[in-house]
Amino acid sequence: MNVTLQNPRIDRPGQAHLGYVDCDVHPMVKSGADFDPFLSARWIEHRKTIGARPRQGLSRATAYPRMSPGVGQRMDAWPKDGGLPGSDLKLMQEQLLDLFDVSHGLLAPLVGGHSAERNVHYAAAMATAVNEWQLATFVDPEPRLKGAVQITIENEAAAIAEIEKRAGDRRFVQVNIAPRSIEPLGRHRYRKILAACAAAGLPISLHLGGTSGHPSTGGGWPSYYHEEHPSYVQSMQTLVISLICEGTFDDIPNLDVVLVEGGFAWWPSLAWRMDKHWKRLQAEANLKRAPSEYLRERFWVTTQPIEEPPVASDMLGLIEQIGPDRIMFSTDYPHWDQDDPRYAFKVKLPDDWARMIYRDNAKALYRLS
Amino acid sequence: MSKHVVASVAEIPPGGRKIVTVRGRSIGVFNLGGEFFALINRCPHQGAVLCEGEVVSRLISDGPGDYKLGEAGEMIRCPWHCWEFDIRTGQSWCDPESMQARMYNVSVEHGEELAKGPLVAETVAVSVEQDYVVVEM
Amino acid sequence: MTHAPQGAIDCDIHPALPSVKLLLPHLDEYWREHILRRGLERDSFETLTSPTLAPLNARPDWTPAADQVETLRAHVLDRAKPEFAICNVIHGAQMMMSEDLSAALCRAINNWLAKEWLDRDPRLRASIVVPIHSPDLAAEEIDRMAEDKRFVQVLLLSMAELPLGRRQNWPIYRAAERHGLPIGIHAGSSFRHPLSAVGWGSTYLEDYISYSQGMAGALDSLVVEGVFHRFPNLKAVLIESGVAWHPAAMWRLDKTWRGVRAETPWLTRMPSSIVRDHVRMTAQPFDAPPDQKSLDRLLDQLGGDDILLYASDYPHWHHDDHDALPDGLPADLVRKICFDNPLATYPRLAVPATA
Repeated sequence: MNVTLQNPRIDRPGQAHLGYVDCDVHPMVKSGADFDPFLSARWIEHRKTIGARPRQGLSRATAYPRMSPGVGQRMDAWPKDGGLPGSDLKLMQEQLLDLFDVSHGLLAPLVGGHSAERNVHYAAAMATAVNEWQLATFVDPEPRLKGAVQITIENEAAAIAEIEKRAGDRRFVQVNIAPRSIEPLGRHRYRKILAACAAAGLPISLHLGGTSGHPSTGGGWPSYYHEEHPSYVQSMQTLVISLICEGTFDDIPNLDVVLVEGGFAWWPSLAWRMDKHWKRLQAEANLKRAPSEYLRERFWVTTQPIEEPPVASDMLGLIEQIGPDRIMFSTDYPHWDQDDPRYAFKVKLPDDWARMIYRDNAKALYRLS
Repeated sequence: MSKHVVASVAEIPPGGRKIVTVRGRSIGVFNLGGEFFALINRCPHQGAVLCEGEVVSRLISDGPGDYKLGEAGEMIRCPWHCWEFDIRTGQSWCDPESMQARMYNVSVEHGEELAKGPLVAETVAVSVEQDYVVVEM
Repeated sequence: MTHAPQGAIDCDIHPALPSVKLLLPHLDEYWREHILRRGLERDSFETLTSPTLAPLNARPDWTPAADQVETLRAHVLDRAKPEFAICNVIHGAQMMMSEDLSAALCRAINNWLAKEWLDRDPRLRASIVVPIHSPDLAAEEIDRMAEDKRFVQVLLLSMAELPLGRRQNWPIYRAAERHGLPIGIHAGSSFRHPLSAVGWGSTYLEDYISYSQGMAGALDSLVVEGVFHRFPNLKAVLIESGVAWHPAAMWRLDKTWRGVRAETPWLTRMPSSIVRDHVRMTAQPFDAPPDQKSLDRLLDQLGGDDILLYASDYPHWHHDDHDALPDGLPADLVRKICFDNPLATYPRLAVPATA
């Protein structure tokens, strides 16, 4: 038998997604020297000689190599005249912003190495440099793009100063914090930084990935990227558990948390489990409300890499359980596992949900006009 | 359904490929050891330009820690999500039953035969001395 | 500083491997495609252990871009004229989480060493780079490379995922002993843990200094786990980790042994005496004491004139030119450090080598 099987056709008017907000776009540098205009001579010298010192064995690569060049880039996003995908604004406009008429693209600059840097003075200098660099290279020339304040949470004074410096500058709409830290993010040592974000009116965005110096799983280091990749999603959940169980939101009731690229199918089961066991142990944790209430009110998730349940319509039940107001569309351009806004969902969303997920939730949370 | 001359045989040597447009559709034509195959240049997963991805080998393993290359150059890897498709069948390696890139019939015909007809839509100039790759659509 | 005599056998020089691309011709077909699929040929896999351009690691007149063998000839081989110089490659290959990828890269590095270094100068020898986190594959690689007599040692880093002495690692020592190859334990870590139990420090300076403590831990592990008991003909060379820390570390190990010996009854003699029989150290960096009296005392405390091996640690920048030994060493000891001890430690140096 010779039947041509075709992918189920998804018929949606292209117009439905015009003007959407993309909650995860990655700008890239052509080389580390791109930061030099924003670094002092002392740190330029450091960058060139000592270089990055993360909590892992390789200074410039990962011990879990990705499956495509450039640490996992979309293969058709390499600029023709050199540089890494994401480093050429014109190509980003062509392949993303113009092609899909993106109203706002939220930058997540996973560059500079400041979030994992062990030398916190260098890290703070680099975080500031990346902030200046994203304005100069992307946000100012292309106002559809919005910056994310870079900080290093291991340098409290510098982090708070950087957040306060950027507060009120609407070119920045959130603060990026690395999801794998030396201690879980809910621990008290990080509380003042989180409070500074809330006080500045900036949600915190936790973008999956990174290295903390702890093994990727509680049982040690896995062997393959195939294990490392899902372990990020497990980390994301433990981050939620930490923030909630440590009482972060009783301390800082207006802290908004966006989980980027961490999936969301785990959300309902985690909510059920937190509530069930909190009932027995509430004396210990001393939270004002049930854990799931903090989750429901203070957390948002982005869509990419989109969940693809084998029964496509299961997606609708999942969104219903989480709440369509908590989910925001993202492409992750130009990474290898990025999603196309037209084809990411393998099921048709009700129109009101589509509007929320593709546009309105992000516009409300980030106060985008 | 009509026949479309998309390339001379010499243009696509073994291991080579050519991206052509036939009736407005982008098609990848591949030469695997002298046999020609034509796939739609659009990944059934999310619509990426499938045929512009890396051409890779089949991989074989007898078990954990065993690694072997199968036939070289028989799979096309999507430039986005790295999903692999069999160039001979268009089938997804991971999901052959339910995911397939559309294939088109392709044949090699001599210029002299083509000149006789039946109707052929030419996208390349045909001379009677050469062999040509012909896609049906 | 004392000039090493002409011809001194140099037990630690470092070829740089600035790009994985250089390994492509030395990989088998499968792994070449694997590397290319993932785009890894674009990486350097530079390690946190040895940032190439940190002032400590690069003499001002050295660059990884030049023809390295030519540069090595100009800087070392044709100046100090070492009878032999042993190449130790420190590379991210040993740090890959996939055991198989790690092993494939190590195989390629060893092939590259043989072809691009050893074939080009008859004075060069090398250490076998092995996938330390996969002892069976490491042993296979030792078996494969041991046939080439120009490989004179097995190279490990002092800190891996498990302490070196743990039984899981014993296939490595079994293979090394079988082929008469010492294990060379070089300062470094695969950074699967912080360098110490107090956590992650900030600077390379802090890391580098603490490689002595890391090496002491590795040595304790080898001794206490009974590696030298189980493999009585195995020798270990401690490389680039300083020397002066050693006596104090041995005193502590010995003292503790007296009280807790019952825990590890196979240790039937003083740990320091096991170390004296099985362990050698490269003398660069020496971290010498500032005065002659202290130096004499240290040499005395090291417990023998057969312990130290000459090394330039080229192109690392611990010393200027090739005056790589501390002042005030007795001439007889210098001769031993530079000739007798390396020859005794690396029996393969005496074997006429053909590829």
